[in-house]
Amino acid sequence: MVKSKKIFAGIYIYLLLFIMYLPILVLIAFSFTEATNVGVWTGFSFNLYARLFQSKEIMTALGNTLIIAFISAVISTLLGTAGAIGAFYSRKRMVKAIEGVTQIPIVNAEIVMALSLTVLFVFVGSVIFHGQSIFGFWTLLIGHVVLSVPFVYISVRPKLMQLDPHLYEAALDLGATPQKALWKIIIPQIMPGILSGFLLSLTLSLDDFIITAFTRGTGLLNGEGTIETLSTLVQAKIKRGPIPPEMRALTLIIFIVVLLVVVGITLYRNKTRSVKKIRKGRENHEF
Amino acid sequence: MNFKRKYLAIPYGVFLALFVIIPILLIVYYAFSNAGGQLSFDSLVRFFSSTTKLNVLLVSFFIGILNTLLCLLIGYPLAYFLARKQYNTNTVLVLLFVMPMWINFVLRTGATRDLLTWFGINGGQHPYLATMVGMVYNFLPFTILPLYSTMLKLDQSQIEAASDLGANPFQVFTKSILPQSLPGIVSAATMVFMPTMSSYVISDVLSEGKITLFGNSIYLNFSNSQWNDGSFMALIMLAIVGITLLISRRFNKDDFASRGSNLW
Repeated sequence: MVKSKKIFAGIYIYLLLFIMYLPILVLIAFSFTEATNVGVWTGFSFNLYARLFQSKEIMTALGNTLIIAFISAVISTLLGTAGAIGAFYSRKRMVKAIEGVTQIPIVNAEIVMALSLTVLFVFVGSVIFHGQSIFGFWTLLIGHVVLSVPFVYISVRPKLMQLDPHLYEAALDLGATPQKALWKIIIPQIMPGILSGFLLSLTLSLDDFIITAFTRGTGLLNGEGTIETLSTLVQAKIKRGPIPPEMRALTLIIFIVVLLVVVGITLYRNKTRSVKKIRKGRENHEF
Repeated sequence: MNFKRKYLAIPYGVFLALFVIIPILLIVYYAFSNAGGQLSFDSLVRFFSSTTKLNVLLVSFFIGILNTLLCLLIGYPLAYFLARKQYNTNTVLVLLFVMPMWINFVLRTGATRDLLTWFGINGGQHPYLATMVGMVYNFLPFTILPLYSTMLKLDQSQIEAASDLGANPFQVFTKSILPQSLPGIVSAATMVFMPTMSSYVISDVLSEGKITLFGNSIYLNFSNSQWNDGSFMALIMLAIVGITLLISRRFNKDDFASRGSNLW
C-alpha cells in the first residue's frame, strides 16, 4: 500500500516535470535541423547556430535586453537597498506609508502599471515638452525600475530585521562616522538580501514584455526605430508564424545559461549552509 | 547637513511617488474625463453599456477561475509529494519545477503554441483549449512555490493523531491537511487569478487572437490611443486587484513578502 503510493507519487512528479520541460526540449531538439516548423526533421545540422549569430535583428534585441536588464537591476538595487535601510530607521508612520506603496507594483496587474506609466509619460510629454514624445530608452528604463525596485526592498528588509543594532552603535562609539559604520557594518550583513534583490531584478527585467511594449520608444542599440528586446521581438515574430528557426538555437543557449546559474546557486547555498552548520557546531562545542 | 540613516529613504520615496502614485492618480483622472479633458462619466457609461466589454470581463473571470482551479488541482498533490519526506527527499526537484520560469516567457509561450500546433491542437480551431493549456503551463510554477512552503510546515503529529483517533484517509485530508494548508492555497490562488485575467501574451498567441481577455482589451485601447476607455478598464482591474488582496489578507498576513523572497 505504502509502496504503491510512493510509486504513484514518483510517477506524478516526474511526469509533470517532463511536461513542464517538453516545449523547451522540443525547441532545443529541433535546433539541430533547419526546417521552419518544429516536428519536421530535414537532417542534422548546426546551421541554425551560425544563422543565429549572423542575425543582426536577434543580436540587437539580445544586446538591448541585456543592457536594459543590467542597468535597471543596478539602479533598482541601489535605490531599493537605500530605501529599505532608510525606511527601517524612519518613524513608524513613514515606514507604513513606504511599505504600503511598495506593495502596489508587486500586487498590481502589470498591464495596469504599464498603462499608468504610459499615461504619465504622454502627460509629461504634452505638458512639459510641448507635445513631443518622450518615449525612449529613459522611459523604458524607468518602467523596468518600477517593476523591480519593490522586490529589492522586500528582499533586503528581512535581513535588516535580523541585524544586531548594537554593532552599529559600537562602531559609532569606536569613532566611525555614520557613513562609514553603514558601509562597514550594515551593508556587509545585508549583502545576501541585496544580492538576491539584484538577481530578482535581473530576471524580472529579462522576462518582461508588457512594460517594455508600453514604455519603449526609439533609441538604444539599433539607433533608429523602436527598441526591440528579446520579448518584444519574439512576440512580433510569433504573431505572424512559428518561432523563427534561429531562435530555437537561442533557446538552447538560454537554457544552458539558466542551468549554470541554478547549479551555481545550489552549490553556493549548500556551501554557505554547511559553513553555518560547522560554525554552529563549534559554538555548541565551546560553550 | 548631518547624515542620518533615514535620509536614505528619500530617493526611494520620491521615485515611488513619481512613478507609482502619480501615474495611478492620472489613470483615475483619465478614467473620469473625456477627450477634451473635462470631467465626464462617458467611459463608465461606454463600458457598462457595451456588451462586448462586459463579455470580455465575464470571459476573463471565467478563464481566471478555471485556471486557478486547474493549477491548484495539479499543483496541490505535486507540492504535497515534493514536501513529504516519505515521497521525496530531493530538494533540487523543487528548483527544477521553478527553473522554466527563468527562460524567456514569450519564448516559452511560443514554444507551447508550436508544440500544440504540432500535436494538432491549433489555436485557430480550439482557442479555449490551447489558451487553457498555455495558462496552466505558465502559472503552475507560481502555485507550486507557496503550496510547497506551507506543506513543509504541516504539523505531522496532528495528522498522525487524526488517523490514530480513527479518521479515515479522506477525513484526515479534509479535517487536518486541507485546513492547515489553506494559507498556501489562498496565496497560490491570488498569484494565479489576477495575472491570468490581465494577461496579454498567452491569450493573444495561443488563441491566435480569438480570445480577448481584460489585459488584451486594455492593450487594444492603448494601441488605439483611447486613453479614457483604457484608463477606466485599468481602474476596474485595479479594483479587482484590491478585492482579491482583501480576501487573501484575511487568510495570510505576510503574503507579499513571501512572493518575492520565495524565488531565490
